Amino acid sequence: MAGFDKRVSSYEEAMEGIESGMTVIAGGFGLCGIPENLIAEIKRRAVTDLTVVSNNCGVDGFGLGVLLEDRQIRKILASYVGENAMFEQQMLNDEIEVVLTPQGTLAEKMRAGGAGIPAFYTATGYGTPIGEGKEVREFNGRHYILEEAITGDFAIVKGWKADRYGNVMYRHTAQNFNPMAATAGKITVVEVEEIVEPGELEPSQIHTPGIYVDRIIQGSFEKRIEKRTVRS
Amino acid sequence: MALTREQMAQRVARELEDGFYVNLGIGIPTLVANYVPDGIDVMLQSENGLLGMGRFPTEEEVDADMINAGKQTVTARPGAAIFSSAESFAMIRGGHVDLTVLGAFEVDQEGNIASWMVPGKLIKGMGGAMDLVAGAENIICTMTHASKHGESKLLEKCTLPLTGAGCINRVLTDLAYLEIKDGAFILKERAPGVSVEEIIEKTAGKLIVPDHVPEMTFDAE
Repeated sequence: MAGFDKRVSSYEEAMEGIESGMTVIAGGFGLCGIPENLIAEIKRRAVTDLTVVSNNCGVDGFGLGVLLEDRQIRKILASYVGENAMFEQQMLNDEIEVVLTPQGTLAEKMRAGGAGIPAFYTATGYGTPIGEGKEVREFNGRHYILEEAITGDFAIVKGWKADRYGNVMYRHTAQNFNPMAATAGKITVVEVEEIVEPGELEPSQIHTPGIYVDRIIQGSFEKRIEKRTVRS
Repeated sequence: MALTREQMAQRVARELEDGFYVNLGIGIPTLVANYVPDGIDVMLQSENGLLGMGRFPTEEEVDADMINAGKQTVTARPGAAIFSSAESFAMIRGGHVDLTVLGAFEVDQEGNIASWMVPGKLIKGMGGAMDLVAGAENIICTMTHASKHGESKLLEKCTLPLTGAGCINRVLTDLAYLEIKDGAFILKERAPGVSVEEIIEKTAGKLIVPDHVPEMTFDAE
């Protein structure tokens, strides 16, 4: 039974093995559903030259933005960046390489990476700067470009509930990129709000089956809101 | 008079049909949700993984795990579904969304759209825009007809890097409602008090003007 127990007892243990130069795939959309404590642990470890794959790069002082403070990120694949002044500055100074990637293509790159599909054709980006230099093929009279899958040395994921076997459920739109990220890491680490006993999660309601997950840790989360909007 | 942002949203909302799944971009497109005609039910898709976006929350309802693609806190309406980003873009790229409304810097007579980068200025990224324009068959572009300096944004050929090629078939500007077909803009309606001559003057691309161009009407508010 212990063979399926994915729990680790500290964040230090959760990120054991991460080294400079590695590729890290992170779940999250804006600041929603981001593995904030795993990111903090990467900062604490002061590893550098990271390639980060994430839809966004946090804000100044929170989320992946904290890894910019000590210039730990060398390259990022993202669909939308620049919500943070530090990022803008590092981008303008060429201190960080940015590979802008259409959001759906980014999600599919992770999904394909995790599913053992090395590349896929998509119409997204054909005829734009994103398609330049990529193989083009025509299917049924329409043009598609070839996009390659992504895998990471680590995937860092934020879930809601998990059991100790690593079965994970996400809460509301904090799901976003997390399920795809979870499939695409050589080592996938999931931090959750609550760890429950096996059997407590309804099997058909599990978003990420434990087979993808290597380490599980329970944490507490700030869950900062980027744009608090209320109706009057 | 050029249309206000609210009037532009109101005009776009008339293109909604009962039972439509609709993705609204940031800016004027977002306002369309305020003008859904009576008796019509539409389901709003937000590309971060929400189908059935509801109203903004009350102070008590605010939930950090519940946001839209603009990163604003939102609610889910009854009958909503929530899913992953891959699922969300499967809907978009698979052509399952009935109508997409988004803004643009430039559109040209071939249906090309430029909306995500101005060389020399800070580039933040395309987000989901390239997927949306590549995946949808039914897209309405909302934009001002000309720049502040009077330069047309409806061109023979886009000058800025493209978001998508040959994908736009309808444009609503502050001056006119136009269709794009067979390499030309076709003037369908004009804003109240805006002359056909002004639209001709401010359209750099090929423009087809029918004999009669009706004026849009808006209910007095």
